[in-house]
Amino acid sequence: MSTDRPESLWAIAWQQLRRKRLAMVCLTILVVYAGVWLYAEGNFWFARLRDVTPTYRISNYTIRNQRPSIAHWLGTNYAGRDNFGQIVQGTRIAFEIAVLTSVIVIPLGFVLGAFAGYFGRKIDTAIVYLFSVIGSVPDILLITAISYVVRGVVERSPSMQTVTRYIDSGLLAVCVGLGFTGWVGLCRLIRAEYMKHRERQYVLAARSLGVSNAAIMFRHIAPNVAHLIIINFSLRFPGLILTEAVLSYLGVGIANEPSWGAIINDSKQRLWLGNWWELAGATAAMFFLVLALNLFGDALRDALDPKLRTAEAKTT
Amino acid sequence: MAAYIIRRLLSVIPIALGVLLITFLLFRVIGGNPAYRIAGKNATPAKIAQITHDRGYDLPYFLNYRDFPRQLFYTQFFRLVRSLLHGDFGESITNKMRVSMLLRDGILPSLCVTTPLFILDLGLAIGLALLAAYFRETWIDRSLVVLAVMAMSISEIVYIMIAQFWLASEWRLFPVWGFEGPQFLFLPVLIGVVAGVGGSVRFYRTVMLDEMYQDYVRTARAKGVASTKILFSHVLRNALIPILTNVIVALPFLYTGSLLLESFFGIPGLGRLLVTAIANGDEDIIFAETFIGAILFVLANTLTDIAYTWADPRIRLK
Repeated sequence: MSTDRPESLWAIAWQQLRRKRLAMVCLTILVVYAGVWLYAEGNFWFARLRDVTPTYRISNYTIRNQRPSIAHWLGTNYAGRDNFGQIVQGTRIAFEIAVLTSVIVIPLGFVLGAFAGYFGRKIDTAIVYLFSVIGSVPDILLITAISYVVRGVVERSPSMQTVTRYIDSGLLAVCVGLGFTGWVGLCRLIRAEYMKHRERQYVLAARSLGVSNAAIMFRHIAPNVAHLIIINFSLRFPGLILTEAVLSYLGVGIANEPSWGAIINDSKQRLWLGNWWELAGATAAMFFLVLALNLFGDALRDALDPKLRTAEAKTT
Repeated sequence: MAAYIIRRLLSVIPIALGVLLITFLLFRVIGGNPAYRIAGKNATPAKIAQITHDRGYDLPYFLNYRDFPRQLFYTQFFRLVRSLLHGDFGESITNKMRVSMLLRDGILPSLCVTTPLFILDLGLAIGLALLAAYFRETWIDRSLVVLAVMAMSISEIVYIMIAQFWLASEWRLFPVWGFEGPQFLFLPVLIGVVAGVGGSVRFYRTVMLDEMYQDYVRTARAKGVASTKILFSHVLRNALIPILTNVIVALPFLYTGSLLLESFFGIPGLGRLLVTAIANGDEDIIFAETFIGAILFVLANTLTDIAYTWADPRIRLK
């Protein structure tokens, strides 16, 4: 098949990625995890919409703390629930955190970054001030503080009851905390990129034709910087998973759902009873996802925007 | 130079005010009356009313018009500003001690853990990064990177739990809990280095490699400078700016300590103070640590800018 059309950024990046064996292995792992996520999501909503207890939450006290066997690949936990099923649900929560956090991070970071970079001057000063202030509070402290406060609000306010029927209050609090701290990194990237593109010829051409600022920002420039969102997402995701585990330990994390952090935190007491399979299972699940995301994110960044690697090292 | 330093230090003030405003909005306005969180889940309305009154949570947020203009600034925000200016961070609700006292007591144990941790991590990471840069694009470099990423992909909690269980509890190589001498610090520091060095190596390797492909390296090689000399006296020196940034920005974390290491190993530092404060809803401590952490971070950033002019004379003072 031969075409005269110039190849898109994405096509070139895909060709580069396909040549890297490690990146392809990681991509396969990620696809498997995504499949597990969709399965767990189905399992969860099927039960939730019928108002029955989902299968992974049914306790069976006659088979507590069992060793791994054919019936239960990773043994059972303190309530006789299948560990493998818990870890599958943990995958769902890890992906839900990534998605819900991005709902805050991407619009906030992209729009503010675009405005700051495109308009410059006072708007830029104000937005830079805003993200410098938020960026000055050490991440883990701010995330902890936000999750701690938000959880209190969510649990007390009656109007949030409808929301918490579908989303765990801890999950919501964690996502708000991670979201309102995570946009700073994306905003910095997008701002720097808009400052560059603002001076380019195609923007000048659009402006001289009388295209509005909004159209230049979001129809002309945005497609040229959109790949940064993907790169930022793939490199932010592993951090979210690891932070969630810390938050669970600190007691501001997910309360009533088996997130990997919650499983690891729960397994702490039972490690002394010789029950190592709970910890091993959750750790392995977390390890392979974080590893695949880290390596694939690196490869993706190198394929899409090789200059970004050194730019990131210099500014962070 | 002095004028530059003063100007940089003055620029800390608006950021500090911003941080204060954000933490105030978070804890007092968005979070609603903190008395509910302090009193716990099963508190009586009378108790909540009492905490609200005692701690001044019933005052207006920013401006008080009740007895205009005499008490205009008799509000939550300005009371907070006034007490912060006096170095007063309120009192702990669990043991009624002053938060400033608790913070002062926690600094030394925190530094005992984080200082050796920080120095070892930095030395090891820069050493390994130089190794990777020297053997770039060979199997040594590639396996170092993969190992670093693998080390980064395990939660610090897991490292702590495994080390505490096997090394300390089963094999009795280290004490499990407490802070009574240097031997209590070995294991936390070791775990901290193992858990953190992967990320640092990856970062410094990128920095070094970026320098490796600069023109001055090619020039040095062309005139016959030995490759180890290029690495140590040319590349390392030019990589100083990003290294400096990373080092100084990490300094405030010496103060917050490691939340996880301290609370798992029973080291009575600031990190453990924060963890117990979260569990008990000890609002004043959480507020104080968040605020001080931010101020130290801003100061560290300013210090980085000043250090730049020392590390790289090409950077002009503006």
